[in-house]
Amino acid sequence: MADTQRPYVLLRHREIPDFDNLEVYRQNNGFKAFEKVVTQMQPAEVVEVVKASGLRGRGGAGFPTGLKWSFIDNKNWPHYVVANADESEPGTFKDREIMEGNPYQFLEGVAICAYAVKANAAYVYLRGEFWELAGRLDQHIAAMQAAGLLGDRLFGTDYALNIYTHLGAGAYICGEETALLESLEGKLGQPRLRPPFPPSFGLYSKPTIVNNVETLANVPLIIEHGSDWYRTYGTEKSPGVKIYSLSGCVNRPGNYELPLGATFRELIFEYGGGIPGGRQVKAIMAAGASSSLIVANDQALDTSMDYESVPNVGAQLGSASVIVIDESVSIPWLINKTVHFFRHESCGKCTPCREGTYWMSHLTERIAQDQAKPADVELLYEVASQIRGKCLCALGEFSIEAVASGIERFRGDFERLEPQAESDQRIG
Amino acid sequence: MHVEKSAHRLPSLEVQAILAKYPPDQRRSAVMPLLYLAQREKMYVGREDLAEIAEILGLTPTEVASIVGFYSLYYDEPQGKYHIQVCTDLPCALRGADRFMQELCARLGIQPGKTTADGLITVEAVMCLAACDKAPMFQLQSGAGLQYYENQTLESALALIEQLRQDAATKRGRNGHG
Repeated sequence: MADTQRPYVLLRHREIPDFDNLEVYRQNNGFKAFEKVVTQMQPAEVVEVVKASGLRGRGGAGFPTGLKWSFIDNKNWPHYVVANADESEPGTFKDREIMEGNPYQFLEGVAICAYAVKANAAYVYLRGEFWELAGRLDQHIAAMQAAGLLGDRLFGTDYALNIYTHLGAGAYICGEETALLESLEGKLGQPRLRPPFPPSFGLYSKPTIVNNVETLANVPLIIEHGSDWYRTYGTEKSPGVKIYSLSGCVNRPGNYELPLGATFRELIFEYGGGIPGGRQVKAIMAAGASSSLIVANDQALDTSMDYESVPNVGAQLGSASVIVIDESVSIPWLINKTVHFFRHESCGKCTPCREGTYWMSHLTERIAQDQAKPADVELLYEVASQIRGKCLCALGEFSIEAVASGIERFRGDFERLEPQAESDQRIG
Repeated sequence: MHVEKSAHRLPSLEVQAILAKYPPDQRRSAVMPLLYLAQREKMYVGREDLAEIAEILGLTPTEVASIVGFYSLYYDEPQGKYHIQVCTDLPCALRGADRFMQELCARLGIQPGKTTADGLITVEAVMCLAACDKAPMFQLQSGAGLQYYENQTLESALALIEQLRQDAATKRGRNGHG
């Protein structure tokens, strides 16, 4: 579906058949940007173009990509690039579509990033469940090698690059960049204390750039068309396009590539076709299960989905995984779901997260089953408040977002705790 | 530790291809792909596999076992031949995944997380599989790898299970102990 009045930047496979074929990709200017940087540009110039484009990390943190690249430590060698393809946030399914449909644009982004930070090896760390996809990426990488796009002496220069895939094995925490690096080193996927950050101390203790798949997929077209072109999309502080993964209580769930700054109302009602059964939208989670619950009033629905505006309605844009919650859903049931996820995925390294998610899950279980006393809600809020700000990594912090905002903003859902069957929440 | 090498050798060509992906002084990085290789045929990692991988990488078997314990896609004991792993996280649950899971288990006569009497099918709830827009969905984990099945109904899932049972019966017949 043409969800915008312009050609796609990232989901180009939806317009061009067989875009996952190397020949087709090259017929559409594929790998011209990589050739241009290797043969005509200094690495620092590439970093400057990406900086000027205003591209920000699409994995959730929104950190300026060019700035991150400029932090690479040039006194310590070798350098590495790692693509974070661990996509595991409930509500997020955009990187998978990019890697399935438009794999070469992603791999070209990896290659340009590697050249820009003077790395000769790059790893794509995929979640273990992407086993089939990893096999296809291996075939694409082999096709690039056969075509002289990877290996030694690229385009007649001294530059050499190899890209390898690496499969995780089922651990949400490995999406956290330092846990991912530990896992890639063959250890338990547990986060490191930061600083130092990966650009100075990353894979094998060497300078490393870790970027999300979607972030890297933007890079070839920024090089091809320039940073000014990229800034024609989006807002001043959040330039470019973003893939919004839309899920939950909505008629047409899916990925929608839109300029940053489109509103929740446009996404949910125009592109997503509204709510099944004509029900009312009650809450929105903008950043998957890690999101606080936005009260879906008119102000929220008309908010721009960019990094600066979403905090105005008490949430973060994060990875832009928009879960729509309609009026038939009870918030106690919802937070029980998210807390169970975080309890399962806690890596166990730090106490607030390991113990906190455990205790929260006991309370949310009782509350969701209407077996709780009103005091249990206060206790849950108290436990969540004690987790806040005390965890080693963002996962622990994320575990309380829906809980705390749910109790604060949807108090009414917790006040009718006296026995009432809520067993069948679902829209079917 | 005594290891019966002849009986349990991992295929050496594949081992070499895996090791070649990482710097020579960072062999430990190969532990996860080697565990997948060990698990491929019989769907779990045995003690002899731990010992062999430890020997290849210069680790102790305990260190290798800690990786098996931490990551959810590795198994340290025999499993049902096919694992149907249904995502029941929030976005999928909003599209009926909990009901799908309950009905599927009821039709198979098992509790979630358990295996059918013929030892063939295990149904379990798992965490998000990055397919939230195509729920109900599950992944099928078997010795052949992992496959996604999306936009599922009870009928489509039961048809797949019937197919898996037929395949298993055919295989048993061919191997002559059916």
